[in-house]
Amino acid sequence: MSPTDPSPAKTQPPLLAVRGLRKSFGANRVLDSIDLTVDRGRVLALIGPSGSGKTTILRCLNGLELADGGTIDVAGELSIDFAQAPPKKRLSALRDRSAMVFQHYNLFPHKTVLENVIEGPVGVQKRPRADAVAEALALLDRVGLGDKRDSYPFELSGGQQQRVGIVRALALKPQLLLFDEPTSALDPELVGDVLRLIKELAREGWTMVIVTHELEFAREVAHEVAFVDGGVIVERGDPKQLLRHPQHERTKQFLHRLLFPF
Amino acid sequence: MTESTWQLVLDSFWPLLDGAIRGTIPLALSSFAIGLVLALGLALMRLSGRAWVSGIARGYISIVRGTPLLVQLFVIFYGLPSIGLVIDPWPSAVVAFSLNVGGYAAEVIRAAILSVPKGQWEAAYMIGMSHRRALGRIILPQAARVSVPPLSNTFISLVKDTSLASLILVTELFRQAQEIAAFSQEFMLLYLEAALLYWVICLVLSSGQGMLEKRLDRYVAH
Repeated sequence: MSPTDPSPAKTQPPLLAVRGLRKSFGANRVLDSIDLTVDRGRVLALIGPSGSGKTTILRCLNGLELADGGTIDVAGELSIDFAQAPPKKRLSALRDRSAMVFQHYNLFPHKTVLENVIEGPVGVQKRPRADAVAEALALLDRVGLGDKRDSYPFELSGGQQQRVGIVRALALKPQLLLFDEPTSALDPELVGDVLRLIKELAREGWTMVIVTHELEFAREVAHEVAFVDGGVIVERGDPKQLLRHPQHERTKQFLHRLLFPF
Repeated sequence: MTESTWQLVLDSFWPLLDGAIRGTIPLALSSFAIGLVLALGLALMRLSGRAWVSGIARGYISIVRGTPLLVQLFVIFYGLPSIGLVIDPWPSAVVAFSLNVGGYAAEVIRAAILSVPKGQWEAAYMIGMSHRRALGRIILPQAARVSVPPLSNTFISLVKDTSLASLILVTELFRQAQEIAAFSQEFMLLYLEAALLYWVICLVLSSGQGMLEKRLDRYVAH
């Protein structure tokens, strides 16, 4: 089952274009000239060893980390050059374009499921409460959590919490969905539900960047896979091609280690 | 105990209770409220990235915690008039206690804010919140739960420390006890009675703390 190809018009600018993105923490260079493009309705999976910088890429896209250099363009409408620190307004404009799903869910523990979902739409985006609630409930129903609207996060399983995390991201109506290892913190038997949901979203045409260790999932859901190591994109390409016939030695080693961990 | 001792206990009870209701309790409540606001400001200053801002807060907290409350009280009431600043007993006491609570509670609040996981800030930013909004809607409500037990300690200490205000002529529970004791020469009796009243007030506060914790625990796994 492969995602349907929405074939974006060739004249349209890519939804996301990243050029020469750099980031260092002190003397430690985590990203070294990252180039990425993601077209509308496409899914990019980032794979690579831990500490390779793939999560930092996502965090730069959402403005949680401030890149040291390079540019990020969204939909040809918003362009930020990080050569100088961008003003706060531009950074929050960048953040508004995307929504992130966190590895550890990061739900607000003092708010109910419904409150978690509508906090952004109502509290920040100032949309009418009744509309936001109706949309939130529809989304929660869709992921099978309609009856949990008044529960607190601690009352939910990890898989349920992560589905709320996804609903919270969707409710923001972003142009770009970012997933940071969305199933890494889940018990194995709960992974399936979350991956199935992400696959559905991909099929519906959401544009996504997914950091994941689930190679099989990446192969099924992504239109393109990029292997990140040492802060650079070592190679990128068609998932089936790249995962089965990697060109670079580092990619081969990484895939081998994942397939034969013992 | 003789009949006259009982009579004295009864006769002194109402003045002591009056001292508690019109002195000790409002003094503690108003000082705590003002002190908490001050403490929140100081805690945020301490967490500021600007060195001079956190430096000011650090210096303030160091002075407040490094000097006796009684000395602070005397500086304000007996010291300031010598530079032309005369403050009445009651406001002097409120100022001294508020400044003192501010210094102690600031560290409690700072620690509570730091105890909220970083991911909460990130999720708040992710949904588009500003720093201020994230603090108010996401971080402080969670920090509040953590800070209830230590802040209750601060409050209970404050209730007992208000007895120091008797030394700057504020009419409160302990001063009433002192006056009746001096008059009747029944020191043991009056001071034990005062102690008992303080204890009862603190018992009530402790149970209040328990109820508050229970209420704030509704979103925490048990």
